[in-house]
Amino acid sequence: MANSHSIEAQGHNPDTDGSLPPEGSELDAHLQSKHMVINMGPSHPATHGTVRLKVELDGETIVKIDPEIGFLHRGFQKSCENVTWTQCLPYTDRLNYLSAMMNNFGFLNAVEKLIGLEIPERAQYIRVIGSELHRLTDHLTCVGATGLEMGGFAPFLYGMEARELIQDRVTELTGARLTTTFGRVGGINRDLPEGWADKVLRTLTRTEELLVEMDGLLTGNRIFVDRTKGTGVITAEDAIDFGWTGPALRACGVDHDLRKVQPYWVYDRLDFDVAVGEHGDNYDRYLVRMEEMRQSIRIIRQALDTIPAGPIIVDDWRIALPPKPEVYGTIEGVMAHFKLVMEGIQVPPGEVYDATEASNGELGWYLVSDGRGRPYKCHVRAPGFPVLAAVPHIIEGKMLADLIPTFDTINMIGGEVEQ
Amino acid sequence: MDRVSAHFPEAVVERYVDRAGGAWAVIHADSLPKVAAFLKNDAELEFKLFGSMDGVDRLHLAENDPRFEVIYILYSLKRREHVRFKVRVSEHKLVVPSLVPLFRGANWWERLTWDFYGIRFDGHPDLRRILLYEEFQGHPLRKDYALRDRQPLIPERPIKDIFRGPGTSGHS
Repeated sequence: MANSHSIEAQGHNPDTDGSLPPEGSELDAHLQSKHMVINMGPSHPATHGTVRLKVELDGETIVKIDPEIGFLHRGFQKSCENVTWTQCLPYTDRLNYLSAMMNNFGFLNAVEKLIGLEIPERAQYIRVIGSELHRLTDHLTCVGATGLEMGGFAPFLYGMEARELIQDRVTELTGARLTTTFGRVGGINRDLPEGWADKVLRTLTRTEELLVEMDGLLTGNRIFVDRTKGTGVITAEDAIDFGWTGPALRACGVDHDLRKVQPYWVYDRLDFDVAVGEHGDNYDRYLVRMEEMRQSIRIIRQALDTIPAGPIIVDDWRIALPPKPEVYGTIEGVMAHFKLVMEGIQVPPGEVYDATEASNGELGWYLVSDGRGRPYKCHVRAPGFPVLAAVPHIIEGKMLADLIPTFDTINMIGGEVEQ
Repeated sequence: MDRVSAHFPEAVVERYVDRAGGAWAVIHADSLPKVAAFLKNDAELEFKLFGSMDGVDRLHLAENDPRFEVIYILYSLKRREHVRFKVRVSEHKLVVPSLVPLFRGANWWERLTWDFYGIRFDGHPDLRRILLYEEFQGHPLRKDYALRDRQPLIPERPIKDIFRGPGTSGHS
């Protein structure tokens, strides 16, 4: 045969020798199947952060995967332990810049537990509103990017439109778009702007419309469903063993939400449902996030409806800065201001572990105070850390193409995982 | 923790309540796997969700002997509560039994604690640094590790007019 003759004429070829197609099967393409190690990252368009994945492949099957993190490590704990409690706030913002207020308020909640402080009711409502707004932006980005990486650009654009609208509201409220630093120990920085609540309600209506569009483009989409359904599966037992929390755990069918089981602020007065999945695959994690956004919208509407008037920060000059007329006009005001700025809040010695439900799960804080103005120890339990640790377990033995939707839906956030 | 004390009276060194009302127990390092297995497997407790862990360097605290602590937070979906306990280790024998055979989630947290505090975990399958690079010297979250101590892999260029973070003189 002419074909086999031409191969012999080329001489020895180590790549193809031993796997020459048998006679008569020239039409079967020969695929190489030796093991190879490829690097995904440290900067890969589909990883949403700097993480290097060392992937050992056999054909298209992932034999072994080793995530290497730490490219973004910036010494979060050490930095916090060398500044005052209030000065930690900008650092906590940067753990996850899409839900800065949640990290901010979560940290403050732990500090207030340590002091033994109850914040005013209005501040609690505003914290709930801010947290849920940021839960929306976080989930919109995650879901939009998932759609984008499955090949759909339109759902991403709809997600971005809704996210930008919400971030405009966040900017009006806090003065910053991403890193808000809005909370203060004992309350929040400033009150809602005039007419802001109406704008938020209009934004939520528009967001709902956009969610319907995204839902229509993704939930029944053949390509999207084929690539996400049944991929990245984890059982509830394994997820619990790895320490998963948040939407990723709820997608396995575990009804666990810290807003329900140990309500903080005013969550126990608001009516909302916990979204629970069934199969623990990528599709369910997507569905849980979509449902959580609808619930967040519900929560914000109720909170804006029932928010009471009153102070937004405790009236205690050992904790909150005095009002400016007092600072400029009285010696007590000047002294309190000076002491707070120079020495920080004198948190009584002790320790505390406190957790809130952030957009990706339990955001826990273990704080130790030695009685001075700075945290002695500031440990953050980032929700993304255990989730990322389970990726090798989920993906080994599966196809390389499954890695992308899995990495999308677990929503690993570099800033908080790498501290 | 009452049940743990009842089952393993010799394992619990100390019990106290923190400022937010959370109950803590200090466990002997040797009995840590035993206590953790009991917390996980006991039918009434079922603390199966590995919450978190970290080290604490108590160098500057009043009671600083032994110097290090390793804290553990577990969560029970059945009882809907956290359990908090810790192990104290001295500087001379920085070894704690690993909980990886019990909780797979402990794997990365133990690597993190090793990375930042230099506490070794006996029985860990793959104890190496996680956030810092292999060539890094020392353990940066220890209190005697200077805030300004930098170990760049590539020499840093001098940059003018940049404030390099808190607790510094302001010069690079």
